[in-house]
Amino acid sequence: MIALEAINITKHYGTGASTIVAVNEVSLSVRRGEFLALVGPSGSGKTTMLAMLAGLLKPTHGQIVIAGQDIGRMSEGKRTKFRGQFIGFTFQSNNLVPYLSALENVEMLLRLNGKLNRQSKQRARDLLTRLGLGERLKNRPGQLSGGQQQRVAIARALIHEPEVVLADEPTASLDTERAHQVVQTFAELIHEQNRAGIMVTHDLRMAKYVDRVIQMVDGRISRTIADRREILQLAGAADELDGHTPSSNGKPVEAGEEMTTVLGL
Amino acid sequence: MAVYLALKEVWRNKGRFLLIASVVALITVLVLFIAALSEGLASANREYIEKLNGELLVFQEGAQLSTTASRIGRDRIAAIRRVGGVADAGQVGFASVKIVPPDGSKEFDASLIGVEPGRPGEPPVLEGTQIERSSASDVIIDAGVVARIGAKVGDMIRVKVTQGTDEEFYDLRVAGITDRRQYFFQPAIFAPLLTWDKIRPQGADANRQGELITNIAVVKLQDPTTLQETAAAIETDVTKVEAVNRKTAWEAIPGYAAQQSTLTTQQFFTFFIGVLVVGGFFQIQTLQKVAQIGMLKAIGMSNWTVGWSAIVQIVTVNAIGVMIGAVGTLALVANFPVTVPIQLTGSAALATVVALLAIGPLGGIVSVFALLRIEPLRALGMAQ
Repeated sequence: MIALEAINITKHYGTGASTIVAVNEVSLSVRRGEFLALVGPSGSGKTTMLAMLAGLLKPTHGQIVIAGQDIGRMSEGKRTKFRGQFIGFTFQSNNLVPYLSALENVEMLLRLNGKLNRQSKQRARDLLTRLGLGERLKNRPGQLSGGQQQRVAIARALIHEPEVVLADEPTASLDTERAHQVVQTFAELIHEQNRAGIMVTHDLRMAKYVDRVIQMVDGRISRTIADRREILQLAGAADELDGHTPSSNGKPVEAGEEMTTVLGL
Repeated sequence: MAVYLALKEVWRNKGRFLLIASVVALITVLVLFIAALSEGLASANREYIEKLNGELLVFQEGAQLSTTASRIGRDRIAAIRRVGGVADAGQVGFASVKIVPPDGSKEFDASLIGVEPGRPGEPPVLEGTQIERSSASDVIIDAGVVARIGAKVGDMIRVKVTQGTDEEFYDLRVAGITDRRQYFFQPAIFAPLLTWDKIRPQGADANRQGELITNIAVVKLQDPTTLQETAAAIETDVTKVEAVNRKTAWEAIPGYAAQQSTLTTQQFFTFFIGVLVVGGFFQIQTLQKVAQIGMLKAIGMSNWTVGWSAIVQIVTVNAIGVMIGAVGTLALVANFPVTVPIQLTGSAALATVVALLAIGPLGGIVSVFALLRIEPLRALGMAQ
């Protein structure tokens, strides 16, 4: 079942001769239970794409349909409310409210949607426990490591049972081990809870946890990899390259956008 | 949600918010203290005139409503009493003397106010009896004198005056005690006119045999609603006099208006500083929270919730500060010695507190608008 559908979406910045086309006629659909990675070099339009899919930005043309509603046609206020109900979000950083505990951060989405009750509170506790934070429920973000904070953000993104879960570079501030743990758990929960997940990432090593990799270049989708074997090869190659293989200028290739170039993506 | 977030943040950052509440409290103390000082100084200046049992005060024309420059003699008093609408008029004279405390402590200044027994100008006593013409050494003292020397009805008090170049001492019997009726910052002694005329400091060449001349006349009206008409009638029927109501009279006390406007200006600027301090604090806090607010908006929090949360926080912190400041000021004022002209009336304190509660958050409004303008994409670094 299709959870999110983007139909011919285009985003222009500026007008006249200085117009920049950030996203150009992109169509995309994501099924429930499907986890998708959006990759590409800087300026490829993937962040703009994610912002439009999240309802943070209106497309210049095209339609974005989530839960049967075209969010591009909604007013600012309605889109904000829609995001709170139908979209889960994690960011690179500044994910959590610093003065709320881990549990309170997760419960915030339930409170925002008027769904905070004894059962949902227990569900928030269970989810955090599942993410290995059972002993950290009352800790505030400042008392948690970067990986633990990301896991709290994942719990918050999923607790209100959204239609779509979006992640913007969720591993950007994590070390390799933590990054794998976080994305693996994220993928498991998306599959288990039958949500549609989209992750924007520079780190192709994380591709092994997704069902489909979509590469964007110059505002368009340039390649889609849906074959499991190909995805694992890509992730494996990225793993191989990570710090081991010298690039053309003699320096190690770091996980990042250079990697997409090296891997021919 | 808004209230929850606002109060959680305050509670979890008690130190930071207590700091700004303390600053608000200190500003409140300062504003209330200025209000109390303003009221105290005004009272010390005008108390006797304000509480007079007469609606009009008559001054000599050209004296510019100055009690020391004005001269009203017996003939004018008699003429005033004949004016239609006047129920009675009393001669009142002002002078300054020193009270010599019986315990040997330092002498202090007092207003010696000459009044006609039984006529307007004589204060009602709370203890003892009114003064009579026949008892020349009997006086009424106000509560201000009692507070300083602890005199009781029947006690003798000693006053010192300088007649010409000589110091003279007079012993007066306390016949009655009235409430606080200070005049020109000094506690008051009310003496019969003849006694006042004998005691009051005069130059060596003073004509003690002449007409009994005092400073003003206090007029009680038959019908207080005819104040304007009666004042006009007095000015028409009696030569070279000027009749005004009590408020006009005390506002003409030398320095009164300038003093009050100075204190009002100080109060205004302290209010203004308060607004800036509250505004500055919340503005800095807003700048520190841009990314966090962007995230909250991105995950579905409305502008209304964000704005309302900020307002709840500003109002709460301001209210806590104002309350701490108000309680502190009340405790402070209650412990001041009676000689300090500090007077915090309930209505003045309430008005100031309400003004602080209302004006303080105005400074924070700028930060609320700043919060509403935060764009999630830009705040989260996702903008193109």
